[in-house]
Parts: sequence; structure tokens; C-alpha cells
Amino acid sequence: MSSSSLKADPVVLPNLPSSIAQIGVMTKYELLNYFRSRRFFILLIIDLIISSIFTALVAYYGVSSFATAALGFYSFWWGNSITLVVILSGIFFGGDAISGEFQNKTGYFLVGNPLRRSSIYVGKWIAALTASLIILAIYAAIAIGNGIYYFGANLPYQFGESLIFSVLYLIAVLGFTFFFSSLFKSSSMSILVTAILFLFAFSLIQVIVSTLAQVEPWFIITYGSGIIGNVLTDPYPTTQTVRGGFRGDTSRVFAVSIPEGIAILVGYFVVTAVLGLLFFERKEFT
Amino acid sequence: MSSPSIEAVNLSKRYGSFSALSNLNLKIEGSKCVGFLGPNGAGKTTTLKLFTDMIRASEGKALINGISVHENKKKALASVGSLIESPEIYPSLTPRDALSMVAEIRGMPRSDRKKKIEEVVAEVKMEEWLDKKVGKFSKGMKQRINISAALLSEPEILLLDEPSTGLDPRGMSEVREIVKSLKHKNRLIFMSSHLLNEVSEICDEVAMIDHGKLLVYDKLNNVVSRFSGDGGEIIIDVGLSRDIDDQTISRSISSLSGVVSAEKLEMKSLRIKFSGTLENQEKLLSDLVALKIGLVSFHPSSSALEDTYLNMIKATL
Repeated sequence: MSSSSLKADPVVLPNLPSSIAQIGVMTKYELLNYFRSRRFFILLIIDLIISSIFTALVAYYGVSSFATAALGFYSFWWGNSITLVVILSGIFFGGDAISGEFQNKTGYFLVGNPLRRSSIYVGKWIAALTASLIILAIYAAIAIGNGIYYFGANLPYQFGESLIFSVLYLIAVLGFTFFFSSLFKSSSMSILVTAILFLFAFSLIQVIVSTLAQVEPWFIITYGSGIIGNVLTDPYPTTQTVRGGFRGDTSRVFAVSIPEGIAILVGYFVVTAVLGLLFFERKEFT
Repeated sequence: MSSPSIEAVNLSKRYGSFSALSNLNLKIEGSKCVGFLGPNGAGKTTTLKLFTDMIRASEGKALINGISVHENKKKALASVGSLIESPEIYPSLTPRDALSMVAEIRGMPRSDRKKKIEEVVAEVKMEEWLDKKVGKFSKGMKQRINISAALLSEPEILLLDEPSTGLDPRGMSEVREIVKSLKHKNRLIFMSSHLLNEVSEICDEVAMIDHGKLLVYDKLNNVVSRFSGDGGEIIIDVGLSRDIDDQTISRSISSLSGVVSAEKLEMKSLRIKFSGTLENQEKLLSDLVALKIGLVSFHPSSSALEDTYLNMIKATL
């Protein structure tokens, strides 16, 4: 009775939403999942703890101990901490976004439906970005609140630029974490590797490459993120040749320029987003 | 509208040197329930995963309504409901949330969603849990929700991978009733199972697979009569609404055309050993009805299917 034929009469198929609409559905329910689970609130609490520490430090020691002008204040507060908030957002929302679908078998509930895998990937990515932006916005609001309290409502334009670069860094970090998440089938492994890379490995490589090898680490994402803090420094820092060390040798201290930093962050996002999507498209639910 | 169909064309799946599925050619068309049988590791789930694009074929194509699942997944799966390997649902979502997500993905009109979700959840007897978080559910409860998700869009094709997994006996029985009811709604159901009595009770046809190769695909009765190792005889279980006496069995039923032997199992059930074609079987059924013995069910015995299954699998060892 078995036979084969590549042709069949057309059947009337249900009208499915467009892939864009399906991405919207994925985003909506992924966000619902974030808000219902503890994940979002744990990160929000961490966000508030970091903000509280800065608020308490400034209140206790006095603002003049840290900055004499608004730009310096934001450099101290925002420049010193926002990259950590971005990295934590990447780990919390992106670390196991894809690997979790395999390990927890939640992907089996989704993938059997008439929607492209790219819609799942993009929908989840947008949800992670949205949740992270909320965390970032709360953190920014507390920083601005303190800034206004101590230095008035005149926000330095450089803070606006730094905010935009932070969002760009967040986009790049989430692209990267999703890529790593699509490499692994174990949630804990993908979270661990992502955390180690962003919290230790990249910084370590950056120091080794720039200090010991005296090579500009343009290929490291955390080097690109230097524009977030650099833009809050007046004048904007440039690469310097300094004399130092026990033999009095000269060495270069690298400072990423704004165009270079943007290029690094955009490059990281584009490459990792494309690779992550390709990996997820090809990954099998075995 | 033409009949729903699924078709495997030279479909193969290899993992390194291990062949999970080898050159499967199988076309199933029309409204029916097909049981997909085979031992563990035979290639049943692999086949179903290929039909839902969860894995990629090493060779060949999986077609649904003539559309390649891999090349145009969205269109191919538009009219398919599936349940593969007991999926998990995000623990923080409720069944209503999870089913709303599926409904929105499938473009179900907003006006129909609430009613339809409540209907399918009622069908799997989970109404009380509709707004509770899935994270607190047992495996069987999750499986019921998975079944309701597969049914939600009233798909014309259902791909079910051991749908009774994790269910208690009552749940298994309810699943059987659901699948049976779907048969009357112009559906094509392709269902893998280890439960031969389930397949024997629900399915019209069976496909058997072992070591990644299709052994047989035919009507259930034909498979049983050809491969049961009982000289082409099949065993039919007959259910009655009232008691039957021995005299009726020995005089009236045993003398019917094709009946080799007939024995009473209980007061209201008979087992008939029968030899003949499907047409002869049809005649036997009408003869039994004509005897006015209160016939309420008539189906090949699960033990006959079990014999067939064991014979076929043994032959490939």
C-alpha cells in the first residue's frame, strides 16, 4: 500500500499570521514568562541593590568626594556600573534563552507549530531586549534622580550619548549571549560560559593583549564598550604612549574611539546574531 | 478540498554511522487513524520528528499535503497538530496562556479563542486547572494540556507520539475516546504507540517499523491475517449488550461462513477465530447483527495484533 508521489492536490490551508505577527506573539508570551517567573524580579532587585549602594555612598561621603560637576557624577555612577548591569541582563535573559528550549523541552511545545524557527529566535530576542531595557531604564532613572538632586536638572549631553551606547552594548551582548545559548543544549553550561566570558575572560584577554602584547584589542566586545565610560570623560581620552615599568620602557594605553567602539559593537551583534540564528535553524531536537 | 495526506519519500536519517531511519517510503491519505508500531529505537519518533521539522532528514523528503516540511515548514504544518515526546510548557504560564499562545501563532480569531480553549481543555478534563500555573502540574496533567494544544486549531492531520505516555488508566481511556471521536471528524491521525490494545481499538491501519525500516503498512485486519502466524486466521473480539447462551454460540455463530471457532469470554463477550477476506469479515459482521444477539462491538483482538507484532519484530532480529 505504500507508494510515493511528489505531487498532491492543493488543500485549503488555514490563514496563518505573518512571520512578523508570529514574532510579536513569541515576544508577548516570552515577556509574560519573564514577568511571571522570578528571573526578572531577581535582576530588578540586583539592579536596585547596585543603585542603593551608589546612593548610600554618595549620601554618606558627600557628593564632592566623587565629583564636582554633573558630568563627573555620571561618569562615577553610570560609567562605573552600567556595563555590569548590561552583562547581568545578558546573562539573565539571554544565557539560556535558546539552550533552555532544548534542555527543558519547552521547544517541543513550540517547534511543532507552523512558525519559522527564526520567528521563535527573534521573538525571544526582542523579549530579552525589552526586559533588559526596563532594567536599564530603572537603573538610569535612579542615576538621573540622584544627578538632579545634587547637580540640578541640566543633564550633560554626554550622558545621553552614554545611554545610547549602553543600549547598543546591550544589543551586542544579547546577540552574543543568544549565539552562545544556541551552541549549547545545557542551560547551565551556556549561562556559565557566558558569565565567565563577560565577567572575567574578555577583560583578562583585553589586559593581556593591550598591556603585554601592546596590540589594540579591537576584536574584544568589552573594549568596544569602553565608549560608554569614555564619552563621560572630558576631554575624550585618546590612545597614549606613556613611559613606565621598571625598565622605563614606553608603552601604549589604548582608548577606543567612538566610531571604533560603535563598529565593534555593531560588528559583534551582526556576526553573532547571524551565527546564532543559523545554529538554531540547524539544531536538532533529538 | 482533497484528502489530508502525509508522505515519506525515501526518507532517511543517520547519526554518524547509525541509521535511525532508512529509506522510508510511506503515503497515508484520507481520514483514518494509522497506528505506528515498533520497538524502542525502531525509528518511530525519528519519523514523527522529521514530519515536524524537529530534525533534518539525511536524505529524502517528508511531505504534508504535498508540501515539503523542511522547505516550507510554516505552510506544511498549517493544518497539523502534533504531540512529540511529551513537551514541557513554560512553568510560569497557565494552560490558558499556553493555549492562547498556540492559538495566536495559528491565527485563530480572537472572538473564537476563549471558547475554543475552554472546549479543548474540557475535552481533556482539565477545566479546573485552566488558570493554574503549569509548573505545579504532574506529568499526566501536562500531557493532557499538550493533547489539548494539538487539538486546539482543529487540525486535519494529527501526529501523535505515544499520546498516552504519563497518563493514568482513566487518562489513557479518555485519550482513546478523543482519538476515536476525531476519526469521525474527517481527520488523518498518525499515532505511534507501544500499547497494542490501544492501536487495535482505535486504528484502521497499522505501519510497523524496525531498525529504521518499514516492515508493513496495511489495514489492521490484513496485517493481522497475513502476519499473525496463525495460518491467516484472525481473532475477533465481539462485545454484546446482553448475555449469550452456549447454544447460540455452538449452533448459530460457529456455523457462520469463515468462522473457525467461537468461544465465550464472559457473559457479554465472545472471541471468534475467523479466516477470510475483509469482504468475508464484513459479511460476518452483518450475519452477527442479523442474529440479534445484541452486538455492540466488533474488532480484531489486541492479542492477535500482539502475535503479529511479535512475529514481525522477531523476523527482523
